[in-house]
Amino acid sequence: MKKKTKKRINLIITYVIITFIGVLMLYPILWMFFAAFKTNEEIFGSLKLLPESFSLDSFIEGWRSTGRTTYTDYFINTFKMTVPTTLLTVMTCSLVAYGFARFRFPGKKLLFMLLIATLMLPNAVIIIPRYSLYNSLGWLDTYLPFYIPALLGTYPFFIFMLIQFMRGLPRDLDESAYMDGCGTFRVYWNILLPLQKPALFSAGLFQFLWTYNDYMNPLIFISSVKKYVISLALRLSLDAESVVVWSRVMAMAFVAVLPLIILFFAAQKYFVEGIATTGMKG
Amino acid sequence: MEKVKVKRWRKRDCMGLVYVAPWLAGFLLLQLYPFLASLYYSFCQYNVMASPEWVGLKNYITLFTVDTDFKKSFMVTLVYTLYTVPGKLIMSLLVALLLNKNMKGINLIRTVFYIPSLFGGSVAVALLWKLMFMDDGVINAVLGFLHLPAIQWLGNPGVALKTICMLEIWQFGSSMVMFLAALKQVPASLYEAAQIDGADKWKCFFRITLPQITPIIFFNMIMQTINALQAYTSAAVITNGGPVKATYLLGIKLYKEAFQNYKMGYASTISWVIFAVIMAVTLLLFKSSSGWVYYEDGGEF
Repeated sequence: MKKKTKKRINLIITYVIITFIGVLMLYPILWMFFAAFKTNEEIFGSLKLLPESFSLDSFIEGWRSTGRTTYTDYFINTFKMTVPTTLLTVMTCSLVAYGFARFRFPGKKLLFMLLIATLMLPNAVIIIPRYSLYNSLGWLDTYLPFYIPALLGTYPFFIFMLIQFMRGLPRDLDESAYMDGCGTFRVYWNILLPLQKPALFSAGLFQFLWTYNDYMNPLIFISSVKKYVISLALRLSLDAESVVVWSRVMAMAFVAVLPLIILFFAAQKYFVEGIATTGMKG
Repeated sequence: MEKVKVKRWRKRDCMGLVYVAPWLAGFLLLQLYPFLASLYYSFCQYNVMASPEWVGLKNYITLFTVDTDFKKSFMVTLVYTLYTVPGKLIMSLLVALLLNKNMKGINLIRTVFYIPSLFGGSVAVALLWKLMFMDDGVINAVLGFLHLPAIQWLGNPGVALKTICMLEIWQFGSSMVMFLAALKQVPASLYEAAQIDGADKWKCFFRITLPQITPIIFFNMIMQTINALQAYTSAAVITNGGPVKATYLLGIKLYKEAFQNYKMGYASTISWVIFAVIMAVTLLLFKSSSGWVYYEDGGEF
């Protein structure tokens, strides 16, 4: 009996702590949403979470942005940048992972070591020569600096993740397909690719998320406002006016994170699995 | 018969090279070349318009002896790393331990805890942080409500960096999910055996749980250190390096030198210092890892 009550108290304490941390996690996001309806006077020096009144003005005003380019443009630009990048990343990384996981070609050990080494190659070191390379190729102020690295599979993290996943698929599948006279690409396309779907989905989600959130690379490579992506547009909103209307900034910040929240709830399973498998094998 | 088979295998295996070819091209063109080029630039004066001009060790000498900003920036970055990496690890491990029980609603809780991590490094949450931690912002309103003195979260040089670290630690979700998965992998038989031997909870944690998840801790530590040492967005958006350069991370300095002052050579020097620190820390962690990281398979993979 005594042990039982002790256990129950323990459980209650756990729940209290978890709830407390949960509030710390969510409160800022909720606050961001409600701040979109508040005047500057309401935002500053006030504890209240709920606004005095709900009006969509700040969303409408905020969306208009500079007037010449609106958030419609920024969203279209963002998807123009992130969607092809994501698809190219998944496509190439999956093929490269196939090459590493299923073939014993000359120099494989060395190349695999290089792949692992590039996991630790910081972006800071390569960004300047990349900039001057893109500059001489005339790629600045286009989305090519995002597409081409994706097309060429320079995301070792995802390749590594997919290699680990492919190792888990039985080789007998390939063997029996070879017996039936399939070529290597048929084996990949008809047999391994369908089985790889959950891992591809995880990789795609993370690449989408990271590209969507990225600020430094668009800042460096994109210069004209009409090609701005959301992260740049949000930063712009601070400089645009002398007195910042915070409700508009928060409204647009909320609009910016909303797709991620929706995506997360729609594809939760893949997020959790993606993180768990990459971390486990590392 | 045998011979033919061997030959055909070889041919097929070479197909692997075809599949890794795109990556190899990417590696050579977009990773190895920039890597070596930035090393070369770091000994040059280079402003993109004209071709790089060799100046020897001048950049390094300026960086370490003349540029006082660099020293400050270097220390700020180290402190930032020393706060965020252990902070995130400890937070995520603690929460993962709390959640590693058969509780109702565990999936919902895990989801809620992960949400901030979705916005890792995004401008939107950096703006939110900036607004919430302003002098008359909501955080100080809460403190006032609790009859605590208000804090200059962003204006005080001694506090500003910590405020930014908090944003980073707030996003501990990914490590938490990794730890949760790792904790599930710890064989239950180990705990049962320990219980029979009369080990208490703390002993179980330090002798079983912790050693079993060291590979994940190790992996997280390295990856997070690499990211922390070149962090940019949150400090750039929230404080832009201020007040009095208290949050002037090396990432911000690198960006300013390279893309505002167009001193590409000098910025490359900074990037190589960042790289050197990353290498040193990683090597140190790897060297020490045999002492504290436990691999089921003896470390061979």
